[in-house]
Amino acid sequence: MKNRKHIVICEDAKTRITINRKWCKGCEICVEFCPQKTLLMEGDKAVVRDIASCNRCMLCELRCPDFAIEVSEGTGR
Amino acid sequence: MGFDYMKYLREEKMPHIWCPGCGHGIVMKALIRAIDKAGLDQDRVVVVSGIGCVSRMPGYLDFNTLHTTHGRALAFATGVKMADPTLHVIAVMGDGDAVAIGGNHFIHTCRRNIGITTVVANNSIYGMTGGQRSPTTPLGDNTSTTVYGNADPPFDISALAVAAGASYVARTTTYHAQQIERLIVSGFENRGFSLIEVIGPCFVAHGRRNRARYKSNLDMYREEKETAINVTATKGKPQSELMGKVTIGVLHHAPMPEFTDEYQKVIEKATHVRTI
Ligand SMILES: Cc1ncc(C[n+]2csc(CCOP(=O)(O)OP(=O)(O)O)c2C)c(N)n1
Ligand code: SF4
Ligand code: SF4
Ligand code: SF4
Repeated sequence: MKNRKHIVICEDAKTRITINRKWCKGCEICVEFCPQKTLLMEGDKAVVRDIASCNRCMLCELRCPDFAIEVSEGTGR
Repeated sequence: MGFDYMKYLREEKMPHIWCPGCGHGIVMKALIRAIDKAGLDQDRVVVVSGIGCVSRMPGYLDFNTLHTTHGRALAFATGVKMADPTLHVIAVMGDGDAVAIGGNHFIHTCRRNIGITTVVANNSIYGMTGGQRSPTTPLGDNTSTTVYGNADPPFDISALAVAAGASYVARTTTYHAQQIERLIVSGFENRGFSLIEVIGPCFVAHGRRNRARYKSNLDMYREEKETAINVTATKGKPQSELMGKVTIGVLHHAPMPEFTDEYQKVIEKATHVRTI
């Protein structure tokens, strides 16, 4: 089994945001250009500030050069 | 479920070596999504690059890949396409690769209209070798080889491709990540040579030496956002209003005969002559 501790999932009924903390290089692009201010830098890693504010525009995922943040539908769990 | 990038990445090679905030990763992601969107068969895709930071891209991609020599991506890609015209051949180059050392390959591949989808990641600098001025470095910029400011006016890569006879030419920036994907997909649909120029940042080798404009890589993305104007919005605007703007979108599309189709005719004629 691979160690998956560096994969952090934040989820509500509508949205799931997955951040790979090993691959995140802290460039801040996702945080700076999120239209909803959903994300935040914590040290040199991106984290979710407020999942409910996300409108799933996908821009953070598309602009992350490091394949470190992904957005999908929440599973309602 | 979200998009499955791992289907197309050599996961053991990741994370990639590009610097934090480098635009090359955005281009790689858009290319992956475009290939998926177009429904290309993964085993029939060939990605060819030259040398430079962006040219490391094929190493991370799980297609048939070829990392060649500086400036020669299009020469190798031409060979691959000629050997089997049914392959989807994609060339990835930097601005140095494409229009400095590889400039002659570039203009003649445009003219020839061979079916190669070419993505030029134009960061206006030689990133890999330490920030030397490239043919697309803006006038006046400081680089490691122009410490008192660049005295050379830059090439407009897209305009060069149109002038050289390319049948599809499109441009966007790394800020406009969704558009990169769309422009590559429509490039695949063009039968012949398609150029997609993506303007991107290199803070480490370029931005950092021009602090008056850029405090961090984020300022470079902001500039891309602020200077871009869609080609459809430029119609009827006076030249004075377009000064300092970067036109994005499909800049040119003029279908013409594709080279391997034409060459097949030559093969058939020559074979016919030999057998009578
Ligand atoms: C024949 C040859 N000349 C010079 C070099 C040195 N060299 C390596 S990469 C490069 C330029 C890279 O710039 P670019 O193509 O714009 O890509 P970037 O690194 O900015 O992504 C140069 C000059 C080389 N490898 N081979
Ligand atoms: S864009 Fe990607 S690499 Fe940059 S801070 Fe956000 S998650 Fe990390
Ligand atoms: S999907 Fe859009 S709104 Fe949600 S975090 Fe990403 S950029 Fe922000
Ligand atoms: S040197 Fe520049 S082009 Fe090369 S990886 Fe770093 S930011 Fe990207």
